[in-house]
Amino acid sequence: MSVLRVEGLSKSFRSYRHEWHRIAGWFGLNIAPAKEVHVLRGLDFSVERGSAVGIVGENGAGKSTLLKIITGTLQPTAGSVHIDGRVAAILELGMGFNGDLTGRENVVNTASMMGIGSDEISALMPGIEEFAGINAYFEQPMRTYSSGMQMRVAFAVATARRPEILIVDEALSVGDAYFQHKSFSRIREFQKQGTTLLLVSHDRASIVSLCDRVLLLSDGKVLMDGHPQDVMDLYNALIARKEGYEVKQVVLPGGRTQTTSGTGEASIAAVELLNAAGERIETVSVGEPVTLRVMADIHQDLPEMVVGYMIRDRLGQPIFGTNTFHLQRILAPHKGERIQYSFSFPANLGIGNYSLAISLHKGDEHVAGNYEWRDLAYVFTVVNPAHSPFVGTAWLPPELEVSRAG
Amino acid sequence: MLGLLRSLWSFRAYVASSILADFKTRFVRSRLGFAWVVLNPLAQVSIYAFILSGLMASRIPGIDNTFGYAIYLLSGLLAWNLFSEIVDRLMKVFIANANVIKKVRFPRIVLPVIAVGTALINNAALLVVMCVLFALFGHPITPAILLVVPAALLVSAFAACIGMILGVLNVFIRDIEQVVPILLQVVFWFTPIIYPVNIIPERFHSLLELSPMFHIVDSYHRLVVYAQPLQWSSVLYIVVLVLILLPLAMFLFRRASAEMVDVL
Repeated sequence: MSVLRVEGLSKSFRSYRHEWHRIAGWFGLNIAPAKEVHVLRGLDFSVERGSAVGIVGENGAGKSTLLKIITGTLQPTAGSVHIDGRVAAILELGMGFNGDLTGRENVVNTASMMGIGSDEISALMPGIEEFAGINAYFEQPMRTYSSGMQMRVAFAVATARRPEILIVDEALSVGDAYFQHKSFSRIREFQKQGTTLLLVSHDRASIVSLCDRVLLLSDGKVLMDGHPQDVMDLYNALIARKEGYEVKQVVLPGGRTQTTSGTGEASIAAVELLNAAGERIETVSVGEPVTLRVMADIHQDLPEMVVGYMIRDRLGQPIFGTNTFHLQRILAPHKGERIQYSFSFPANLGIGNYSLAISLHKGDEHVAGNYEWRDLAYVFTVVNPAHSPFVGTAWLPPELEVSRAG
Repeated sequence: MLGLLRSLWSFRAYVASSILADFKTRFVRSRLGFAWVVLNPLAQVSIYAFILSGLMASRIPGIDNTFGYAIYLLSGLLAWNLFSEIVDRLMKVFIANANVIKKVRFPRIVLPVIAVGTALINNAALLVVMCVLFALFGHPITPAILLVVPAALLVSAFAACIGMILGVLNVFIRDIEQVVPILLQVVFWFTPIIYPVNIIPERFHSLLELSPMFHIVDSYHRLVVYAQPLQWSSVLYIVVLVLILLPLAMFLFRRASAEMVDVL
């Protein structure tokens, strides 16, 4: 069942030659605006109860406008938003706080601004105080707080009641590790109870680990709506396109989307993972020696070419990556060449699915001069038929010695 | 309108806690805290009294008291301060709370209500101090002074209508914030607050009487200084103005609501 339905949602900001023209419009005297900036152009999507949806996009893509409309502070120009239940937004936490009031007084004020009655506030207060965990500071004026402490109080108030939809902005990236962990577990707890999560972030790791679906906004439209990793790949490629790169997407058998981007002076012709016998494999045993073979086609004389690879786990988190710059094999290839690189290593990985991202670039990083970058260039599975069971993504077999003293 | 009142009622806790917060903030920030609410107008009275009493003392008709001028001034300023404070606060209320308006969903009508509530409490404090001073001056305090309470509510309603209209327009046309204080100054000097009306030539009186502030201040003088019955035509004039301005203010507020956040 969908908890949020967005239909044909458009938002434009109008500016008039003179503001009196706008005011005349309220009285039925319509004068065309001098300028109309379209921020959202007909968004359509719906979100299922209990799901976690990431919203990504470059600055100005319309993310915050969309969130404000869902929150209800901004009115759409056209289209509609249907919400089933209460929305809580953690947008720029703590903006309503008054530095001269104590934490407790600010909690009362902020909670009542959220429409919570005074009886309910009193009932919620112990929980809020406990969750914020700032002890004696709770009775001190807020101007004496560190920004982390303010965040704790703000998060504690905003999540004092379980909302149907929780909007989380980047805000969560501040605060100490302990509190981050605490707030994430509260978010997960809400999610288990049926809260739908809308998460806005530029951070791939939190998007991929929390969300089961991601919307990529670009220029006020939904450019892609799908699997978090695939969307994030396109998003990263789009950022790269700013520097004149071409972006290409291929849907792989199995439904995942492979994104390739780059300036195109060199391209990846083939990527393969081979076993000791030289056979192409997609299932690898823990610790098995393997060879990653990358074929690169050179389309122009290049002053410098580096090949890099990155092994990612199923959430897209980097497990290991290196390149021929660090391995000190930088070439200056000529037009028309085909170069084969073989990286041999033991697959000391834990069981699970992994993907390989391959890049052809200049220098020690792919940021300066990216000839081609390909996400999901190869996918393989690690199994453990031979060794004792273990958990994690790294295989670090120990030698065990036990001595009993006395 | 009904919906507006309903949402206001459900946010009464926020209104109360915000008014309270405003006071706490003032207590905390300065050494004299809340005292400034009354010290400011009292200083104003002292300055006018010091400079002008020599000129005016003999000309305040109908008060048989050495402090006649101070009594006259205090009662006029009680009305004026309430009016100007509400107009000033409401004119800036949406811009001052832009951050909250943009990020939190709540009925925006609570913001002007909070501002009016704060101004009313300030005014009540001034009224109490005024009564204490009257006792010291030996000016009789009659039960008629209780009528100041409904009078203050009427003044608040009138000021709130004007303040709301200006406040909505100010979001879009920020010049309003610059022009209004000048206009308030003009109205202040054209209202018999620091001078008695009889020093103005008779032929200009009908002109002065066009100003609603003339009627408001005159009513306060009648209630507080002279213990005279109210002129019902004055009261009626303000009531009619409120009945005309209130729908206009609400209309503007509702129409502007959608676009307000766009430009804040």
